[in-house]
Amino acid sequence: MTRSELQAEAAASGVPGSGQAAEILRLDRLSLRFRGQRADVVSDVSLRVSAGEILCIVGESGCGKSVTAMAVMGLLPENATQISSGTLHFDGETVDLRRARLPAHLRGNRIAMIFQEPMTSLNPAFTIGDQIAETVLRHRGGSRAEALDRACEMLEKVGIPSPRQRLREYPHQLSGGMRQRVMIAMALANDPQILIADEPTTALDVTIQAQILDLIRGLRRETGMGTIMITHDLGVVGEIADSVAVMYGGQVVEQGPVADVFDNPQHPYTIGLMSAVPRLDSPGGRLAIVPGTVPTIDAMPEGCRFRTRCAFATPGCARRPALADLGGGHLVACHHAPLETNVSVRA
Amino acid sequence: MSDDVILSAEGLVKHFGSGGGLRGKRRVVQAVDGVTLSVRRGETFAIVGESGCGKSTLARLLMRLLTPTAGAIRFDGRDVTDATGRDLEALRRDMQFIFQDPFSSLNPRMTVGKLVGEPLEVHAPELSRAERRDRVAALLRQVGLRAEHAGRYPHEFSGGQRQRIGIARALACGPKVIIGDEPVSALDVSVQAQVINLLGDLSRDLGLTLVIIAHDLGVIRHMSDRVAVMYLGRIVETGTADAVFSDPRHPYTQALLASIPSPEARLSGRKAMVLGEMPSPSAPPPGCRFHTRCPHAQAVCRTDAPPLSARPEADHAVACHFHDSLAAEARPAAATAQSEAAQARFALYRAATEGGAVTHLHPENQET
Repeated sequence: MTRSELQAEAAASGVPGSGQAAEILRLDRLSLRFRGQRADVVSDVSLRVSAGEILCIVGESGCGKSVTAMAVMGLLPENATQISSGTLHFDGETVDLRRARLPAHLRGNRIAMIFQEPMTSLNPAFTIGDQIAETVLRHRGGSRAEALDRACEMLEKVGIPSPRQRLREYPHQLSGGMRQRVMIAMALANDPQILIADEPTTALDVTIQAQILDLIRGLRRETGMGTIMITHDLGVVGEIADSVAVMYGGQVVEQGPVADVFDNPQHPYTIGLMSAVPRLDSPGGRLAIVPGTVPTIDAMPEGCRFRTRCAFATPGCARRPALADLGGGHLVACHHAPLETNVSVRA
Repeated sequence: MSDDVILSAEGLVKHFGSGGGLRGKRRVVQAVDGVTLSVRRGETFAIVGESGCGKSTLARLLMRLLTPTAGAIRFDGRDVTDATGRDLEALRRDMQFIFQDPFSSLNPRMTVGKLVGEPLEVHAPELSRAERRDRVAALLRQVGLRAEHAGRYPHEFSGGQRQRIGIARALACGPKVIIGDEPVSALDVSVQAQVINLLGDLSRDLGLTLVIIAHDLGVIRHMSDRVAVMYLGRIVETGTADAVFSDPRHPYTQALLASIPSPEARLSGRKAMVLGEMPSPSAPPPGCRFHTRCPHAQAVCRTDAPPLSARPEADHAVACHFHDSLAAEARPAAATAQSEAAQARFALYRAATEGGAVTHLHPENQET
């Protein structure tokens, strides 16, 4: 059975895929730069997430994946960020990001975020219970006792044993995996419609990572929330995502349902990234590489930003390729796609 | 590959004491607790395990950056367990270390030339300044940098280039063994592939022995000839990479392999195999140290620590009471749903990045 058939089957059995379910969040044409920089760190990025969908944004350090998420959350410092375009459609509201940010009553409530390093995002001076209760009190009101009950319920939901007792503990008393569970409990305490997870398993060991991925998958099935997950790990994307956006240098180079992008990658960067991962089933030999390194933001080339590292680049790549739809929502931004009909290579 | 052992450890133990004072009991962290291994000349030997399993402590013991609490280390035929002074200095020349973080392991106030030349000043004081400069230039070229980079400072380089500087520095005094503690895990995947290729080339061209500490099983599978899997200070499984990866017999090794995220794992609906977390090395459980998380644990596992016993196939040993009956379920085969067109694209990409001549068949498409 091919992967797409398997996924069709998964979709039929109730796991929402992209396309069918109701759209919850749409980001249109976000471009922004930080003050003093000569180029956009995020350039014309559009994303959409439906109920129950997991969208992964994948890319290497500095590709703009975290900045995009921070912009959606409205967490970028206003005095240092210039947003030149971008509209956020969420829950019936439309926010023009050039002028306003996500209203505070939605942040941490309807849209929640978890971060890579749970130790630095938890306050070491407060108990776990206080920190979860705080988000409940802030957005829902009610008494402290009710909020603590909610916190206890959430800890149980994310699989923390003896939750009552844990409420009184401090972050340093928990392991890394437990802390990440606490972060997830906190994020989900107000039943958000969107969870943004920025490298939630990168700091964790592989067996713990598997547990957290299972948890996220189970929660989205249970709650129907949409998830935007930021990661650099293609394995994580393949395991958990319904759809994926591959970013390079602030641009989305390829985007679409994960089965299409993984089985039929079109952009040279996607192909390079997939070839560069050492695989368990083909040991030894030389890995294919992506030559060179990412230019600094001020040295980013015009047009396709990958062209300084692309083996297929031509002078025409100085003109930015549009994201073209290959069918089924699989978008690719490359003048030379599909490579097999446009390019030949003599060894 | 021969049976010529260059570096070996026997019953290696390292305990760290912590706490203890006027009140409270002194706690002993059993970071490494009875490790026996041998590394053969010219091979790449990998030590794999999760955080806190003692793999970095083991690497530092093998380097003699730490002194073992008990046990013996032999390097190239001599016992170096208690080496001091001149013996230790000779050992430092023969064995070099590559660190994980290329940002904090290079002195930001030294130029690259000075950083790479420093080991030469110590270990080859007979060289003149000009000779040293030539040697540094050759080393930089060897790791894929340019000779003129010698005048620059570490902050001017990217993470991958800094790791290359660290490798050049390790190579400077002509070592026989290089120990790398997570040498590629701080790097992005495209750059990681470049550094993995570089390490492979160097070990082949210079006949170097590599000992690689890592947690990424894909990297280990790709690079290593033989593997040791550690859990809570002990080796639970060791053998050729082929044996350990294709026929893992310890439940922990099986769990590690099953935990690797992949599209196949999602589709086969894998549930996390191992529950809970690694216990603290200051209070390891009795018996088999993995029994608290093991899905197959029996009464005997709680009381008796299983010895590392050899499997019938050559060069494979497992520390589990039930290794004979615990064959791993076959990992679901990679669903190669890639079309011929996609495979052609991958082939084109590889050929082009390996220096093939690219011809554009429809140049008119690119003009505007």
